[in-house]
Amino acid sequence: MDINLFLLQLVTGLALGSVFVLLALGLSLIFGMLTVVNFAHGAYFMVGASIGAYLYGLTGQFWLSVVIVPIAVGVMGLLTERFLVRPLYGRGIDYPLLLTFGLSYVLVECVRIVFGIDGLQMGTPASLRGAVNIGVGQFPLYRLFLIVATALIVVALWLVIEKTRFGLIIRAGARDPEIVRILGVDISKVWLIVFAIGTGIAGLSGILAAPIRAVNPEMGIPVLAESFVVTVIGGMGSLVGAVVAGLLVGVVYSLTSLYAPDYAEMSIFALMALVLLVRPQGLFGRAGLMS
Amino acid sequence: MSDVILNANRRKILLASAAAGATTVSPFAINFLSAQTPTIKIGFPVPLTGAFGVEAQDQVRAAELAIKEFNDAGGFNGRMAELVVRDDKLNPGEAATRTLELIEKDKVNFIVGSLSAAVQLSINNVTKDRKIIFNSISQSDAINEVKDFSKYTFHEALNPHMTAGAVGRYAFAKYGKKVVFLTADYAYGHEMVRGFQTAGKPMGIEVLADIRHPIGAADYSSFLPRIQALKPDVLCLCNFGRDLLNSVKQATDFGLKSTTKLVAPVLLYTSRVAGGAEAFDGVVGGTSYYWRLEDTVPSAKVLNDRYRKAYAGAVPSDYGALGYAGVKSVLTAVKNAGSVDTDKVIDAMRKLKYDFYKGAQYYRECDHQSVQSVLIVESKSKDMKDKNDVFNIVSVEAAGEARLRSCAELGHKA
Amino acid sequence: MKPFIALVTRHRVLAVIAFLLVFPLIMPYSALAVNVLIFGLFAVGLNVLFGYTGLLSFGHAAFLGVGGYLTGISMLSFGLPWWLALPIGVIASALVGLVMGWLAIRTRGIYFSMVTLALAQCVYFIFYKAERWTGGENGLRGIKVEPVQMGGLTFDLLNPLTKYYFILAFVALALWFVSRLLASPFGAVMETIRENEKRAAACGFDVARSKLLAFVLSAAICGLAGGLRALHLSIVPIDSLHYLTSGQAIMMCLLGGMGTFFGPFVGAAAFLLIEEGATNFTSHWQLVTGVVFIVFVLFFPKGIWGSLLERMKRS
Repeated sequence: MDINLFLLQLVTGLALGSVFVLLALGLSLIFGMLTVVNFAHGAYFMVGASIGAYLYGLTGQFWLSVVIVPIAVGVMGLLTERFLVRPLYGRGIDYPLLLTFGLSYVLVECVRIVFGIDGLQMGTPASLRGAVNIGVGQFPLYRLFLIVATALIVVALWLVIEKTRFGLIIRAGARDPEIVRILGVDISKVWLIVFAIGTGIAGLSGILAAPIRAVNPEMGIPVLAESFVVTVIGGMGSLVGAVVAGLLVGVVYSLTSLYAPDYAEMSIFALMALVLLVRPQGLFGRAGLMS
Repeated sequence: MSDVILNANRRKILLASAAAGATTVSPFAINFLSAQTPTIKIGFPVPLTGAFGVEAQDQVRAAELAIKEFNDAGGFNGRMAELVVRDDKLNPGEAATRTLELIEKDKVNFIVGSLSAAVQLSINNVTKDRKIIFNSISQSDAINEVKDFSKYTFHEALNPHMTAGAVGRYAFAKYGKKVVFLTADYAYGHEMVRGFQTAGKPMGIEVLADIRHPIGAADYSSFLPRIQALKPDVLCLCNFGRDLLNSVKQATDFGLKSTTKLVAPVLLYTSRVAGGAEAFDGVVGGTSYYWRLEDTVPSAKVLNDRYRKAYAGAVPSDYGALGYAGVKSVLTAVKNAGSVDTDKVIDAMRKLKYDFYKGAQYYRECDHQSVQSVLIVESKSKDMKDKNDVFNIVSVEAAGEARLRSCAELGHKA
Repeated sequence: MKPFIALVTRHRVLAVIAFLLVFPLIMPYSALAVNVLIFGLFAVGLNVLFGYTGLLSFGHAAFLGVGGYLTGISMLSFGLPWWLALPIGVIASALVGLVMGWLAIRTRGIYFSMVTLALAQCVYFIFYKAERWTGGENGLRGIKVEPVQMGGLTFDLLNPLTKYYFILAFVALALWFVSRLLASPFGAVMETIRENEKRAAACGFDVARSKLLAFVLSAAICGLAGGLRALHLSIVPIDSLHYLTSGQAIMMCLLGGMGTFFGPFVGAAAFLLIEEGATNFTSHWQLVTGVVFIVFVLFFPKGIWGSLLERMKRS
């Protein structure tokens, strides 16, 4: 097969992977810090897309939506952590998982009630419309933007975690919350903020994905499975893992689509099973975590 | 902007009708209605929740209209009809359970409904063992075949062979012979491809690729570069509902429309309204019904007017109209048979020649497939008369058994 | 109250069966009652692993599905009678359980859940793709049980109540088996592993082997539930293999009370009845189910039956 097509397919995979990266980052952040497996992550993605599409329809301002949505969804995350998840700390890993499973039902249904069951329309913003020649073929401008936006978000997050005092607390807290508490840090406040950031990123990926996907209450269901696959492959709780695995899964999916489209969907689950059996903690996960 | 407002209005109507739908589902309504003379009960399992909730609600609305017409005309010897709506949740297991409930607890006389291939086959499986007539109002090829068919099985909807065939004959002649299929990987998707190929073979089409995508996929981008490189004249999107919406939207982003005509076997009115003019602009597809048929067909005008009157000026959708016709043909057969006895009603349905909303129709002898016309529509973004005016009818393929797979091919004897 | 509890606890299988005998009379319709039996058994099967051994599997839909499909395929493609097809379904399920369990028990905690999820999804795709055998997305159809002749009596499964008691017979058998299993020394080993794996190993138990055995037995029970479901609905829908079905079973366990004998059954009944009630009320039934679930996680972590037991013991 011709090399240009292969390269184009690779770029497509990176764009696809960008959405995975964003989703997995939020999931992994929450897990690494709070050891909460957030089953409502896909629902927050969907809520973000819905609110974003609604705002965009109302105002015609894409960038405004991109700013407001993560804040709005982050606030929802804040409330979720404070009133629903917090009472469950110390009860084992199953309970927050099950709680968020129930919460995802509630969020989907709320969106159905508020925005209707047939979803919302969201066009591509005018400035990012159309396809451009990237040397190996025509590629949609918006998807290029998606790759760049993801890179920016990853860098920003990295700076916060590596270069700020708050990031230091996060890193320490993920390793040993007890020590951090003894050092006089209000760890519950940190958890609250981390949960909000995680869900905020989910909402942000929702609004970023909205122009290329159909926005409807069920859009979070496949996304949840995909983001789990990515997180687990990368290693739960590892942000580097989330980035690498997100891009890897995007590219694997994209290339299987080219050579064996029938198995595209299965390929990512097979990859996950394979990685787990060879390296049970995932590519970048710390062994022994959560055992 | 205006699109959003229109959508909001539409939503209110839908919510109101959802509430109405909920009352019919309530068990209290059943007690209330069962007066002295036993009503003729028609069980109506449709996916009120799930991805096709909008379509299902319209099926209920239109079916209620058929019931009302029957009752207003005095019913059958004074026996009124009643629609018993159940939510099958788009899930075959749930549908089977609900069908058992309708038969065993509600003691329905007939069953009409469904909105998915898997669900209708599941319902049919339950009804045929229990000797209850089932008139299916959603698409499938399998239900015509001898393995699933029984004399209790009727198929009011089009099947993929008919729609894909009609769309293929129109599109290959007009837009070119180099074809790529992007197909949802399940029986219904494969059936559509087969329909296209049967139609295309005598026309000498060249199939460049048949690319399968997982059903319910959210992102189609990974399939698109290859299609782009193949530069087909026609891209047949053999998928349905939201898959179609997603794939059309993303194909447009990749700039495919500049070189290739996008074609869909089933272009839903509701999908187009939800997806917007921009994404669907220029897409050609097949449908069983579009309300502008009223310009040429008198019975369509009659249905539309009644529907507008009952539902605040709205027009029936394609699947809605099928709900109307599915219920109406069973009730008409009851009147013709002079009985609600299953075997007598089956005979009357087999003899039925009807024109309820789209021109002449009848059920074929061997597989009870409703022989009917297929409309070819093109989605538009300009010159719209009002918000409901989303398609142009570009062609109508007349009804005819020659357009169906032969009885022998389906495994029926003679 | 206490003597009553003691009595029920001692004869727990008899108590459940006595209740289930009159159960269809209080249900809105018998197909729903059969669903409670089947999902109750499914949840009991999961509970052996989740509640008693402490391993949260997110892949148990695989066993419900494999049991159902193999029962159905044996009947449709090989023309076997139901009484042969059903054990084939159970054995197939146990074998898939053996392979999945063998792979999965190398991991722990959340990774165990994820491996089971991934492997179950692979099973899903295999059955989805094998359209010739399984019917793919359309599901497997046409499973029909001819009237059963037994001791001069004819049981026709088209009769809803006959079908209920027919399926109840198998469920009762399975419950008796589970009860014996839990009362056996092996049952104690499972609970020790749940409480403290290291201590179990220190006591000289082969932890890995015990986990695997629990996994296989749990799979077999779920397989039976799947086979019975195939006979009940006369179809096997593809989503019986979907991970959301696994999620449902977990919800049922939790709702009823995991790690208790009756709990999963109570949970299945509650789950299906809440869903049924909410569906009749509103098309937004998922909102009701979701809220009920959240309330249970937050305030009744021991589930309906678990909380009830605790309260009765205290009084």
